[in-house]
Amino acid sequence: MTTTDIGPNTGPRETVRRPSRFLRNLSPKIAMLPLIFTACVVFLGGTLWTVLYSFTKSGLLPRLSWVGLDQYERLWSSRKWIVSIENLALYGICSLIGTLVIGFTLAALLDRKIRGEAVFRSIFLYPFALSFIVTGLVWQWILNPELGLQNVVREWGWTSFTFDPLNNPEIVMFGLLIAGLWQGTGLIMCIMLAGLRGIDEDIWKAARVDGIGTVKTYIRVIIPMMRPVFVTSLVLIAAGIVKLYDLVVAQTSGGPGISSEVPAKYVMTAMFGGQNLGQGFAASSMMLLMVVIILIPWAYLEFGGKKHG
Amino acid sequence: MADTGMLNAAAAVTQPLRGTLAAGPRGPKPKNKFSRSNIIIYGTLFVVALYYALPLYVMIVTSLKGLPEIRMGNIFAPPLEVTFQPWVKAWQEACTGINCDGLSRGFWNSVRILIPSVILSVAIASVNGYALSMWKFKGSEVFFTILMIGAFIPYQVMLYPIVILLREAGLYGSLTGLVLVHVAFGMPINTLLFRNYFASIPEELFKAARVDGAGFWAIFFKIILPMSLPICVVALIIQVTGIWNDFLFGVTYISSPDRYPMTVQLNNIVNSVQGVKEYNVNMAATLLTGLVPLVIYFASGKLFVRGIAAGAVKG
Amino acid sequence: MTIQNASVSIKNLDLSFGAVKVLQNLNLDIGDGEFLVLLGSSGCGKSTLLNVIAGLLEPTDGQIWIKDKNVTWAEPSERGIGMVFQSYALYPQMTVEGNLTFGLKNAKVPKAEIAKRVARAAEILQIEPLLKRKPGALSGGQRQRVAIGRALVRDVEVFLFDEPLSNLDAKLRADLRVELKRLHNNLKNTMIYVTHDQVEAMTLADRIAIMKGGKIMQLGTPAEIYGKPQNLYVADFIGSPSMTFFDGTVDGNIMRIPGHDLPLGRYEFTSQPAPGTPAIIGVRPEHVMTGDNLRSAPYTTVVEIDLVEPMGSDTLVYCKFGGQTMRVRMDGQAQVAVGDRLTIGIDPAAASLFDKTTEVRL
Repeated sequence: MTTTDIGPNTGPRETVRRPSRFLRNLSPKIAMLPLIFTACVVFLGGTLWTVLYSFTKSGLLPRLSWVGLDQYERLWSSRKWIVSIENLALYGICSLIGTLVIGFTLAALLDRKIRGEAVFRSIFLYPFALSFIVTGLVWQWILNPELGLQNVVREWGWTSFTFDPLNNPEIVMFGLLIAGLWQGTGLIMCIMLAGLRGIDEDIWKAARVDGIGTVKTYIRVIIPMMRPVFVTSLVLIAAGIVKLYDLVVAQTSGGPGISSEVPAKYVMTAMFGGQNLGQGFAASSMMLLMVVIILIPWAYLEFGGKKHG
Repeated sequence: MADTGMLNAAAAVTQPLRGTLAAGPRGPKPKNKFSRSNIIIYGTLFVVALYYALPLYVMIVTSLKGLPEIRMGNIFAPPLEVTFQPWVKAWQEACTGINCDGLSRGFWNSVRILIPSVILSVAIASVNGYALSMWKFKGSEVFFTILMIGAFIPYQVMLYPIVILLREAGLYGSLTGLVLVHVAFGMPINTLLFRNYFASIPEELFKAARVDGAGFWAIFFKIILPMSLPICVVALIIQVTGIWNDFLFGVTYISSPDRYPMTVQLNNIVNSVQGVKEYNVNMAATLLTGLVPLVIYFASGKLFVRGIAAGAVKG
Repeated sequence: MTIQNASVSIKNLDLSFGAVKVLQNLNLDIGDGEFLVLLGSSGCGKSTLLNVIAGLLEPTDGQIWIKDKNVTWAEPSERGIGMVFQSYALYPQMTVEGNLTFGLKNAKVPKAEIAKRVARAAEILQIEPLLKRKPGALSGGQRQRVAIGRALVRDVEVFLFDEPLSNLDAKLRADLRVELKRLHNNLKNTMIYVTHDQVEAMTLADRIAIMKGGKIMQLGTPAEIYGKPQNLYVADFIGSPSMTFFDGTVDGNIMRIPGHDLPLGRYEFTSQPAPGTPAIIGVRPEHVMTGDNLRSAPYTTVVEIDLVEPMGSDTLVYCKFGGQTMRVRMDGQAQVAVGDRLTIGIDPAAASLFDKTTEVRL
């Protein structure tokens, strides 16, 4: 018995060269060309291009004449941009908290073995199927001061009732928020519900044996266990907030005045309305920076720990 | 690897939704049908459901009322006299700027944008997902990672470079150009969807097909594609609702109001400053625009949940 | 055993994934018509080796020859192999017939020939009534038959099996095992069979290659592997329950373990170790003699029973011996209880001795 190589003694001993790695399996590479183009040219190339041109004096047309950080200085001294950022911060914080709280509460309520869960779920979720334009327009109509909600409540007898957010610069962002929450909470509810369903039923039994109340169990046991679901929801909400644009255009057009402007709208106006490309590039680069600031802690939380663990 | 990890996290958003919504509720069971806690639960759900259902209701009733009735009446009241005139007007006569041929123009534009975009998106994404999960090559994951990171970049950052690309290709302002933009921006989420789905197909099936002498395309068309109907439907739902609801790309890459998609035209009709505000026509137009995704939503049920949960990654 | 007519030859095969060496300088010749089993625990590289032979993985270095042709870089379908997978890997949307003919259609085999081969395979495997069904409508055993049929219709020299019976329940597994053996007896194809189940390996194989860490630990007939394991790993891996091992030293013809000097008598040394060499002796539970067999035992002693595991056909008895808990396999009828004193006999000729440092058979 031998385990050593003696090989075939008969037949030709052709030498076959290793084929080129590139030519082998060429089909998948050709098939992926659209992806490679989109990833590298459109996404990566486009982003780098915009960031690069944000340091130029581009006006009507992009030009490579460097002005350093001028565009950014102009941006941050622009009243409209400051308002946009403030609005986004306000809307963002409220929307984040509102969506998480409402989303989780609804999910928890639906998870309590209720009748008609499917019906409730359909009702909470259908707004998500609608575009922001539709959302904005319908809420613009409902919040119409003369003919909408305010009027109805006054007709019911509460004549001093005032709720006219779309014409009041102080609270216009809350008008947007009502519509935004209406459109987006259903999705988070669905994700939360899935998270709740993913929790071992024995946890509830254990909590009951230990005599912990329902609300306390949610706060002390269930929510900490759902951390990954919350983090995912947070990222989804945050990414959506930064892109807030359509809703504003449809519901308020940035008004009254500039009181409901948002960064995405600022970019669009600068690029396609004001023929002020450099400002548009700088503002969009700032938006990119915001996303990076949101995503990096998330990426760190999600993957930084696991790598070492 | 950190890069694939991030993608999987994005995928994880959709993962739990697959089976778990079908599983039973996990919360504690209320003891008594008419217990206090039960009344609170149903009461809360009912009030919240009102908030969610109300806008749809308002849209419908407003669109069926005559203008005088709206001006004097209650926004929540059902129409005293049902009229379909606002719908007809919204569809055929509503004005945007100088064009007064109604929302039908935008509808057909949207259809003309939608069909090629959706077909092309699903075709490309399925091939991408297949190549990424079964024919990995050096660098394939890198390209995929770039693509997925791209999904998180605000669109505004890439808008202008795409204008240049389209202009160079002679497609700026055309429906074809918009179709390509939709295909590009739909690529990350759909590719991710297909890649994860194909990754769940046993590798041995792929190996068996290779032993049977099938190549890249033969395996795709004869083995993989016939198995991917459910995921194709999910991708279809994502793309149809996403593209139909798009406003930003339509307004950016279509240069002539003749070719505006429905959402853009809708916004122009409703938010036009000239003339008398015809709230009933506006609501009919709004409802018409929302009809396509609403029909898809109510017709597709659970698949829609899967679809939008995945689509949400797109932002 | 020297293979003159190798059907499959593996020469200096290396495979690394990054820094991880999955296969290390493997050499293996498989004879024409031989049934070779690659046996090992998970992660030993046995499936990887099979995939390299099939052409589903590219080796880092080395060559694969099938029927005197270097196929190292050939496509799987060009190698003259058929493969059967653990999960059956049947194409779910095709009928059984579609599954059987998919490869042949790809190879553009004439229709008449396809029909002939399908009929033959269906007859051999008794799956004629299933031909029009889809895999989803078949039982696990039927699916695996179809999977074997898919390899069969390819009319190839070499069959590769990747744990084909692992997904089946115990009874079905035993039945299909017998059928596979019968199939090999009839077809006389070369078969390479990967498994982690030593019963499958022992019953099916002409030769077994036991693998660990990408290397072949021992290659030999089932009898050789069982009776003369070449190293400690193989000795421990083969046999259920496994050998009991005792540390000690060899002094000429005596193996000294704590409390006992075992006369080695007729033990066939591979190489006579120097006196005082630290060694390990392994004794199979079934080789410990009790009752009537004791008369022929070169060494007997009395032990106290720790634990009794009745298993029906036989009874496994645990007792303290030589500083270890030793397993003794007794007849199923044996009347023994914990605390009983039992006379046992040990025949070192049937045992295995290993050098303590190299772990190689002495």
